[in-house]
Amino acid sequence: MTAIPHASDLRPGFADPVLSGQAVYRAVLKGMSYPGRLQALPATVDAPPPLSPVAAGVLLALADLDAPVWLDPAGLATDDVAGWLRFHCGCPVVEDRATAAFAVLDATSAADLEGFALGTPEYPERSATLIIQVPRLAEGEGHTLTGPGIKGSTRLRAEGLPEGFWRALADNRLLFPQGLDVILAAPEGLACLPRTTIVSE
Amino acid sequence: MQPNDATQAQDTLDGYNFAYLDEQTKRMIRRATLKAVAIPGYQVPFAGREMPLPYGWGTGGIQVTAAVIGPDDTLKVIDQGADDTTNAVSIRRFFARTAGVATTERTTQASLIQTRHRIPEAPLTEDQILVYQVPIPEPLRWMEARESETRKMHALEEYGVMHVKLYEDIAHLGRIATSYDYPVRVNGRYVMAPSPIPKFDNPKMDMMPALQLFGAGREKRIYAVPPYTRVESLDFEDHPFEVQAWDEACALCGATDSYLDEVVIDDAGGRMFVCSDTDHCTQRTASREAAE
Amino acid sequence: MYVAVKGGERAIDNAHRLLAEERRGDRAVPALSLTQIKEQMTLAVDRVMTEGSLYDRDLAALAIKQARGDLVEAIFLLRAYRTTLPRLAVSEPVDTARMTIRRRVSATFKDLPGGQVLGPTFDYTHRLMDFKLAAEADDDAEPCERGEPRQDETVPRVADLLGEEGLIEPEVPRDGDTAEPGDITREPLEFPADRSTRLQSLARGDEGYLLGLAYSTQRGYGRNHPFAGEIRMGDVAVEIVPEELGFAVEIGDITVTECQMINQFKGSKAAPPQFTRGYGLTFGQGERKAMAMALVDRSLRAEELGEDLTAPAQDAEFVLSHCDNVEASGFVQHLKLPHYVDFQGELVTVRALRREHERKEATDAAE
Ligand SMILES: [Zn+2]
Repeated sequence: MTAIPHASDLRPGFADPVLSGQAVYRAVLKGMSYPGRLQALPATVDAPPPLSPVAAGVLLALADLDAPVWLDPAGLATDDVAGWLRFHCGCPVVEDRATAAFAVLDATSAADLEGFALGTPEYPERSATLIIQVPRLAEGEGHTLTGPGIKGSTRLRAEGLPEGFWRALADNRLLFPQGLDVILAAPEGLACLPRTTIVSE
Repeated sequence: MQPNDATQAQDTLDGYNFAYLDEQTKRMIRRATLKAVAIPGYQVPFAGREMPLPYGWGTGGIQVTAAVIGPDDTLKVIDQGADDTTNAVSIRRFFARTAGVATTERTTQASLIQTRHRIPEAPLTEDQILVYQVPIPEPLRWMEARESETRKMHALEEYGVMHVKLYEDIAHLGRIATSYDYPVRVNGRYVMAPSPIPKFDNPKMDMMPALQLFGAGREKRIYAVPPYTRVESLDFEDHPFEVQAWDEACALCGATDSYLDEVVIDDAGGRMFVCSDTDHCTQRTASREAAE
Repeated sequence: MYVAVKGGERAIDNAHRLLAEERRGDRAVPALSLTQIKEQMTLAVDRVMTEGSLYDRDLAALAIKQARGDLVEAIFLLRAYRTTLPRLAVSEPVDTARMTIRRRVSATFKDLPGGQVLGPTFDYTHRLMDFKLAAEADDDAEPCERGEPRQDETVPRVADLLGEEGLIEPEVPRDGDTAEPGDITREPLEFPADRSTRLQSLARGDEGYLLGLAYSTQRGYGRNHPFAGEIRMGDVAVEIVPEELGFAVEIGDITVTECQMINQFKGSKAAPPQFTRGYGLTFGQGERKAMAMALVDRSLRAEELGEDLTAPAQDAEFVLSHCDNVEASGFVQHLKLPHYVDFQGELVTVRALRREHERKEATDAAE
């Protein structure tokens, strides 16, 4: 994890870091504001696989020196991915889950959400944001979501997530105001599940 | 003349980053806004920067706007509901110069609205974000000055003092005497200061389709009310919350349902009332004239 | 027909033009040069650098000129510029024992290694107007004797001399102190604040505010028996350790004023009686500020030293939340901004309350 690849071997980041960073942030802000709604990513990036272009775009927009990133050891924590993030985001890539501001997980690992920072009762914002790579997202089907940002209720299908993830998310909801916030990253875009969202079948 | 279309910016400022703030600062503010949205009504501390405008004059709102704004946005800035007050003009110019964005006075044309002390009368939509300038973000401050204490009170959901304070008014005066910055409870959890908007505007916050972001620069706090979120003004069963009402109508557009400014017209006690939301008033006047 | 007040944009433009004209003053008088400000208004430059948190004499002079001599406004200008600067490196701690001393006084020892150096001070001037300065040219001041500046010589600090005997508390991290100093320009202030954070806040805090608070401790509001152990002013080297070199290199000299107050401490169950410290540091020559800061630093340590908290100057949240003059000036003056909307809300409420009051009086009278 420590090898720093040569800059010329690296895949590029955003073509326009300032404007693309802003546009991607707005997509995430909209996603967090309207949970379960699919947001297309306005700027894409050719990230080193298996880091998905959408997850990579979110990290380029939001991670930096002050926001450490944790990579799922099941596949994502490669020298290529870590080196690319260090170079383009300038962020620490950490091995201790508890110190991560952002954690990138593959859907298959998402049943285990133990150990990430949950914030404290007095500072609940000091919690991790999980970016979970899923194969497909679809609105209008799947789980029913209610809570702030949702007019009545809405539905979201997120494929590839184990049953344990939804259980962990229900537990997470009970910790409010502490808790994790989730960004689901699929090839077609992202959808968010902030800690306030209530998920039912 | 009211401009019908957004004004494109000219003469943007060289030598400064897009929207003035450096990218690292923007990311820090962006991360804070995302956590604020995820914890409705909770005040997220952020490392507020010194802005080239004075503290207390909207530096919190300006920093939030600077972090949120993009080249495709159309910005509206109001102070006391008006686009033409000097501080609103100054802030609108700041973004026209540093971000080169289009600006507008029309509520319906804006994608981003920065405000001090009012919520526009026209209902806001999902395609809009409302950014409030906040002087004192802590609703409990007048009962407990210490941040170290109020932080604990929020953590423990200990809001008894707030009800005691409101109830003392009722006991002494027969009614709640708070007329602006009237405390609200967000999504049934955090008690939040809506910033010094008149309580007339409080009901507009409830289940608003637009995202509401709050920036307090001097106090270094950011908070949010996500769209479609319950916002209740604190009250009592026997003393329900009520908003201001006037016997008069707007002297310019005839509106009877808008918040009114009182204007002194002579030194013999003469008064008239006009809409505080200048765009609302202008649009109503224009449609009345068109109908005639 | 009533027409709402419009024209904010034009009013602002005109106000800026008037301001520029007033700043320049009578055009028959030559414009003030930055060099003149830098050379002849040195203490104003020093204060602006200190409270502006940026060591740059040229920019401070420009800010003073632009602010028409309003130092709080100049501090604001410098701060707003400072936030846009990239952060290239973090310096090593400066070693004031290795200062090239231009002034050094101790109130606790008659003589000591390195001696007392009076230096450029107002202390013993009789405050009589010097009308010679009103003359056009004041270039005929007598040349003064300057001692050879002592280069590369360590002049031990008084507190270090006491430390050798164990008479003064060692300067070590305490409970709650973080290993790395905080940075109040990058993290929001939180309470309780550790000492490094408190000292940073005080260093950029308003001189007048700290002076008043320090004075209050001397008058019994949190008395802490201070002695001016030492005040020294002079030049210190600033060093950084570049990542690629791995050793310290000097990047320049800055002038600083340091004050170490020595305060009595009766001791506790855990600690023997010994002296405690209060610390003050400013850019340039800023003795009043450095001494006030040291007194306030010591009074803010009351809790850590197990003293009763009774006085405003011992209340860290109160002192630190209000010491920044850029924040305070902005918020006090924001009351100039329109508050029509809130005031209208109050009018509606007060009128309603008065109606209720009248009705009640009438009913009471009728009964
Ligand atoms: Zn009207």
